[in-house]
Amino acid sequence: MKTLLAIIKFQFHDTLRSKWLAIYTLFFLILSYALLSFTKEPGKVILSLLNINMIVIPLTSLVFGTIYLYSNRDYIILILSQPINRKVLFVGLYLGLSLPMAISFLVGTGIPLLIFIKIFSGESVVLLFLFLGGIFETFIFVSISFLIASLNDNKMKGLGLAIFLWLFFSALYDGLVLIIMQIFMVYPIEVPAIVLTMLSPIDLARLLVILNFDISALLGYTGAVYSQFLGSTTGLILSLLTLCIWVAIPFYLGLRCFNKKDF
Amino acid sequence: MIKAIQLSKRYCTLDALKSIDVEISHNSLTYIVGPNGSGKTTFIKSVLELVKPSSGSIYIDNIKLNGDHAYRYKIGYMPQIASFPENLTVKEVINLLKEIRGNYNSLDEELIPKLNLVNEYDKPIRTLSGGTKQKLNAVIAFLFNPEILILDEPSAGLDPVSSSLLKDKIVKEKANGKTVLFTSHIMSELEELAENIIFLLEGAVCFSGKKEELIAVTEERNLERAIAKLMMGKNL
Repeated sequence: MKTLLAIIKFQFHDTLRSKWLAIYTLFFLILSYALLSFTKEPGKVILSLLNINMIVIPLTSLVFGTIYLYSNRDYIILILSQPINRKVLFVGLYLGLSLPMAISFLVGTGIPLLIFIKIFSGESVVLLFLFLGGIFETFIFVSISFLIASLNDNKMKGLGLAIFLWLFFSALYDGLVLIIMQIFMVYPIEVPAIVLTMLSPIDLARLLVILNFDISALLGYTGAVYSQFLGSTTGLILSLLTLCIWVAIPFYLGLRCFNKKDF
Repeated sequence: MIKAIQLSKRYCTLDALKSIDVEISHNSLTYIVGPNGSGKTTFIKSVLELVKPSSGSIYIDNIKLNGDHAYRYKIGYMPQIASFPENLTVKEVINLLKEIRGNYNSLDEELIPKLNLVNEYDKPIRTLSGGTKQKLNAVIAFLFNPEILILDEPSAGLDPVSSSLLKDKIVKEKANGKTVLFTSHIMSELEELAENIIFLLEGAVCFSGKKEELIAVTEERNLERAIAKLMMGKNL
């Protein structure tokens, strides 16, 4: 436990001081501030933020995560030659990257929203889920990236796979779901639709926010099914649980790979 | 004491180690030589459990390695390539290792002033040159007074002054009762230090014994020629 805290502490320092994290924070800061200067309608701001977050966070988490493990490889070797359990190091590296990234997102998006907090007085719950969704995305995609980097020793292959996965979840998957629904239109496909949504962490996080919105037009097909079929509360709990599973499974598989790996 | 029995390591298509038996006795200076890709680093990494052997076993002080990390308290390792988190300072890297080992007092900091690292203490790693990082690597290997020192190509990337300082340090630690294991792919590089030689070729032990023995057997003047003759003999 003491070694775990030591690893997290020093990785945290390292990540916090890096330039790209500053740029990442600045990006959210500017984005969130710019949106608020365009419009003072809370719904529009939240939706725009949601849509951009769901593209940017998975991409950066995947890319930074894989690069992080690859570029720290020799350092990992040095640490592993010390009396330390591999699993402890893996957890330490994971939290040492994902925590600063999550904080960076919170600070960057949060500060401008705090400045204009008055206009969001009616939407505080939605805002909360917007942040929760972003944090979940960070943890999910960093754990997927750690799995990718632990599986592949080849940097280019790993990075390529990471970018493909991002493309798949952020663009291809929605298209695939639409096609499937188009084909099976005549059948009752509510349950498969829910399952399909749960298979995409990005859709899940989006749903988390939208379920809490009053504007039903934004629900989309799966959203409507979710709220109708499960009711808002059950839907909410179910999507939160599935998001947790999305963090846990890649993390566990990555941990196993890392533990067996040759360095 | 380090003992490897029937140690094999196979990477997808490559046999890095072919069932080797190695015994390195307590308080000895052992020089592992061999051309690039002969299995030196794979052997060292197996001893550190960085690489999981395909078969065979390794014993350190008669305790079989089984995934428990406690035995590594005894080992100081200097890897071939020095790499640390870019944004940490030299001091922070050393503090991190102290925290991992839980050892803050019984430290051997002799090399820090000797290798002129005091001035670099508060500099971030990314501003250091490759040689300076390698010096830090050396400091870390000796820092915790380990019983066993494993140095992978220790003189690579060091200037002549630092390299000779490091050699002196190795001799000194041997005199203090430490077991030292070091490698190089250039035979003549660390010849003066060697007591025992383990010569690896394509994953097999080609020769293992005292340096004098090897030179006597081959009737050659120095280690490089002795090994060259050994290799030629094997090829014929």
